[in-house]
Amino acid sequence: MTVLVVLLLAAGLFFHAVAALGVLRLPDFYTRLHAVSKAETLGMLFTLAAIIVWIGPSLTAVKVALVGVFVFMATPTSAHAIGRAALRTGLKPWRRRGGSP
Amino acid sequence: MRIEDAFLGVTVALLGLVLVYLFRVAVGPTVFDRILGVSALGTTTTIILLLVGVLYDRIELFVDLSLAYALLSFVGALAAARYFEQTGDR
Repeated sequence: MTVLVVLLLAAGLFFHAVAALGVLRLPDFYTRLHAVSKAETLGMLFTLAAIIVWIGPSLTAVKVALVGVFVFMATPTSAHAIGRAALRTGLKPWRRRGGSP
Repeated sequence: MRIEDAFLGVTVALLGLVLVYLFRVAVGPTVFDRILGVSALGTTTTIILLLVGVLYDRIELFVDLSLAYALLSFVGALAAARYFEQTGDR
């Protein structure tokens, strides 16, 4: 059981690190938005799964799962809103230097 | 090497990631990068709150805190995105 918690925590941390790397390295707003909203959601699910396994089946575990479900729905929604807002104000997506489509 | 050390390590690592998002908020060329940084910051802080709750063995308190924080950061990100949709990118 403890090994499972450590594994879940490691997986969650891995995806959070991927999200942070995406925020730093990617060239353009849209690519960063794409990277963060996906990796963040998955990392969050793993970390919350670790917490739920650790505190055992109880009302609090249901609450933690509810937090997970809410953030699982909230992050893509806000990413969509931000992406649409950027597109509407005319933020051009990044093109490779060769200009090939 | 108790299990709490693993939770503590993950919490400290997430705090490091918060700095990455703050860097993006500071540097971000467009205003939408900043909104993205703040919303990702909100999600990460929600998870840090939960982990701190596990560390302090008072998970009931911190679950409610993190739920409220997730709601607030979500609404804030939506409001900022909607606002900057009209006024555009100065």
